[in-house]
Amino acid sequence: MNIELLEGITLLTLGIYFVPVAWKQPFAVLLSLGIAVVTGYWAIQVLAYDQVIDQTMNMPFWFNSSVLHIDKLSAFFILVIDFGCLTSLLYSRGYLSMYAATKRPQEFALHYFFLLWLQLAMILVVTLQEGLPFLVAWEIMSISSFMLVIFEAEKKEILSTGIYYLIQMHVALFFVLAGFTLIEAKTGISGFNGLTPYFQTHDALPMFLLFFAGFGIKAGFIPLHSWLPHAHPAAPSHVSGVMSGTMIKMGIYGIMRVSLHLTDQWMEIGTIVLLVSMVSSVFGVFFAIFQHDLKKMLAFHSIENIGIIGIGIGTGLIGTAMHMPVLTVLGFSGALLHVANHSLFKSLLFYCAGSVYQQCHTRDVNELGGLIKKMPQTALLFLLASTAICGLPPLNGFISEFLIYKAFFTGLGHDIYTSVLFLAALIGLTLTGGLAVFCFTKAFGVVFLGASRTHHTEEAHEVSIGMRIPKFLIAVPIIGIGLGSYLLMPWLQPIASMYLTEPVSNPVQMAGPMLQSVSLALGAFVALVVVVWFIRRVQQSNKVITYGPTWGCGYSSLTPEHQYTSTTFADNLGRMTSVFTGVKTHYQPIDKADIFPSDKRKYETHQEDELEKMLILRPSHFFLDIMMRFTGLRSGKIQHYILYGLGFIILIALLTVTNML
Amino acid sequence: MISALLILLTSLLFPGIVVKTKALMSGRKGPGLWQPMYDIIRLLRKGNVYSSTTSVIFQIAPVIYFCTVLFGVCFIPFGNAEGLISFQGDLIVFIYLMGLGKFFLILNGLDAGSGFEGMGSNREALYSLLAEPAFVVLFGTFALMAGYDSFWAIYAHWHLTTGSTLVLSALATYILLQVAMIENSRLPVDDPKTHLELTMVHEVILLDNSGFDLGLTQLANAFKFGIFGALMANFILPEHQSLAVRAGIFVLVILIFAVVVGLMESFRARFKMEKNPQFILTLSSVATIAFLVALIITNKLL
Repeated sequence: MNIELLEGITLLTLGIYFVPVAWKQPFAVLLSLGIAVVTGYWAIQVLAYDQVIDQTMNMPFWFNSSVLHIDKLSAFFILVIDFGCLTSLLYSRGYLSMYAATKRPQEFALHYFFLLWLQLAMILVVTLQEGLPFLVAWEIMSISSFMLVIFEAEKKEILSTGIYYLIQMHVALFFVLAGFTLIEAKTGISGFNGLTPYFQTHDALPMFLLFFAGFGIKAGFIPLHSWLPHAHPAAPSHVSGVMSGTMIKMGIYGIMRVSLHLTDQWMEIGTIVLLVSMVSSVFGVFFAIFQHDLKKMLAFHSIENIGIIGIGIGTGLIGTAMHMPVLTVLGFSGALLHVANHSLFKSLLFYCAGSVYQQCHTRDVNELGGLIKKMPQTALLFLLASTAICGLPPLNGFISEFLIYKAFFTGLGHDIYTSVLFLAALIGLTLTGGLAVFCFTKAFGVVFLGASRTHHTEEAHEVSIGMRIPKFLIAVPIIGIGLGSYLLMPWLQPIASMYLTEPVSNPVQMAGPMLQSVSLALGAFVALVVVVWFIRRVQQSNKVITYGPTWGCGYSSLTPEHQYTSTTFADNLGRMTSVFTGVKTHYQPIDKADIFPSDKRKYETHQEDELEKMLILRPSHFFLDIMMRFTGLRSGKIQHYILYGLGFIILIALLTVTNML
Repeated sequence: MISALLILLTSLLFPGIVVKTKALMSGRKGPGLWQPMYDIIRLLRKGNVYSSTTSVIFQIAPVIYFCTVLFGVCFIPFGNAEGLISFQGDLIVFIYLMGLGKFFLILNGLDAGSGFEGMGSNREALYSLLAEPAFVVLFGTFALMAGYDSFWAIYAHWHLTTGSTLVLSALATYILLQVAMIENSRLPVDDPKTHLELTMVHEVILLDNSGFDLGLTQLANAFKFGIFGALMANFILPEHQSLAVRAGIFVLVILIFAVVVGLMESFRARFKMEKNPQFILTLSSVATIAFLVALIITNKLL
């Protein structure tokens, strides 16, 4: 497979504008598959034969011949990207059919075009090593995702959310740009390859933090997360799926790429990454619990999972500092596996949420309920993904968290500093797991179980087969990785071993056999469940099975309104933790004269993101205030504008004469 | 193998002993020791009654809950002899399996569409998320002491010789005892004998379960007590005794644990619902103290 094939496919993406509207999506899927085959072939070659592939891309403009450098780290991310984008495109047809009547063919073409370009740009991001080409690819990625988010641009709030997202992405870009510029200025080498000489001669920490800020905005580490909860609900569900599942991982890739070049100060950097990630994971899930918008909740869970990935990276870096190869390998393989896992279950969750939205036209979980009877397959897939995201066995999320836990237990007791650090991380990760269970039992229970709460679910039925197939495609690796993790370890360990400073004789020995036992145990557990279920079936087969109303404690007219809602479920936790979660309650207390409270009274809670207020809204309002003072200058008269220009020239001339410039 | 058998058999007596102790303490004669088991057997032979609101989740949840607990029993070692399932890191698998059981139990409560059951689910989710760190930190402490993270290795490296390990054992037993009470929704967090749905935690989740499913969950609760009893028993199991003596001690400790549960329930009042989180979080801080003690013992601190 050579690069010309990829370039050809890139050119063919323009063809989407010319094919008839019904064929646009199949054509896009075909092209995406083409990209996946070419790049996936490279990736698998790199991983299977332990080599590095360099593909030279001849480009017309000022950067001649960029090199696609595919090493094991890039290869891993390529596979994640390809799978994520392909399933997103497959799902998009069914989801976008909602808009068939209101959207023009060109708009669909534009959408599919940018979906493909997002895939291409992400592949370039993980393969380009030089500074400028990397930044161009990074920019294409941000712009194409921006175009995807604003699919419903006719809605004002979606457009403004899109612009909010675009601005934040450019703030991220400036951090990365500043990093690359500084490196090139100091070492004369452009891009990531300049990092090693830079780190050898300079203090690594400030430079790492610069990149961490840039890539961290993309990844969504707290407190840089504020774009995520806005952009994901605004975007169409398949876009949210690919953005949350795959695109934010580009931030993780950047952090992993930069840490690969570290030559010193692993301990300080590892500690910082670990602490930021702990905060992200715990607070991400905390905030998620108080969301009533299904997709906003999932967006906050992305922050949580980015945190878990970061915990793995931090642990791995600390392991390198402590000269404990086991820790490095466990931490980084846990982080990498969680990258793949999160891309699977998070996109599945977003697709299920999209299916629910398509059928019920609302994302407010408090208005749903009982959907498992109307959409049984979607419900079970959502349950599968929820179980996986909570890190529960026997699914894939458990395996990556297991590796990270294992790293903590191995690292405990080495010295006082790391022991306390790992204990804190252990508590953080356990708390995250518990909170995730709290959140997803709530979400699944309120949306799919019980009785329907409002009229929204009346006309819901199972979504089309085209929308279910990609979900089942994702479900297969979720179960597969969960039960067959030991088969995966020989592939992950070489990637994680790149972070080792000293060679280790046989790194596969470190976690392989252990995961084999885990797989065996989980397999046995599944078998046990099947056996008990079978016994139950046999026992029940000759018994009288009766149906009746739900127990009402003597009260015979239960209504769906008596059920617990998302708000009530989160209430006790919210009151306990209101200090740092910022949950605000709005309701009118009942007046003394108000004998029969009217229906108009509402009780609402919502969570306010104090960090966003502090870091984004307040500074931007401050600048806006200053800028508003100058609006008087904008008179609209051409002679005034010429005067401003003249004044400026005179000012420059004066400054030059007085030697102040 | 031995431990799994002993735990399963002893657990069958556990609820009976608790009930009997409570009866005797309140001056009643009480039912026979096997009465709770007779009840469970009776339930296991019945057909189910479902609420028409429920779905397939309601049917599969008790099965999964039961299986997680039954499978969890296999992880518990017998002194320095391995459990039925034992490998590096089995501790993590055990904790997360229990989490899976909880997950489905909570969903079970939400499936019937009743306000009471939702309330129970909510409380169960909250309490278990608060209690989990205590358990994990406790076993993190043991992993720190032993240098291994499988149940078997932890207990095999546990020697009650020095004063400091005695302190640690006392702390550990206290935490395990309290965590066991919370995990099984007993006093002081929840009163299983309460008659008011509004004040229940665990019982209210199962309000609509009946017949075989209810029997499974009750059996699972008994096994769960057995697991915690065994975790405590392993601390004091002597190494150089004959199998019969050790098995005797093992069973005896679990049975004493049952009596202690009965006594605690007889003389303790239930907390106000909103005081519970505070109480549960205290356990995590006690576990952190245990961790610091372990750091001192292993000469990392001071």
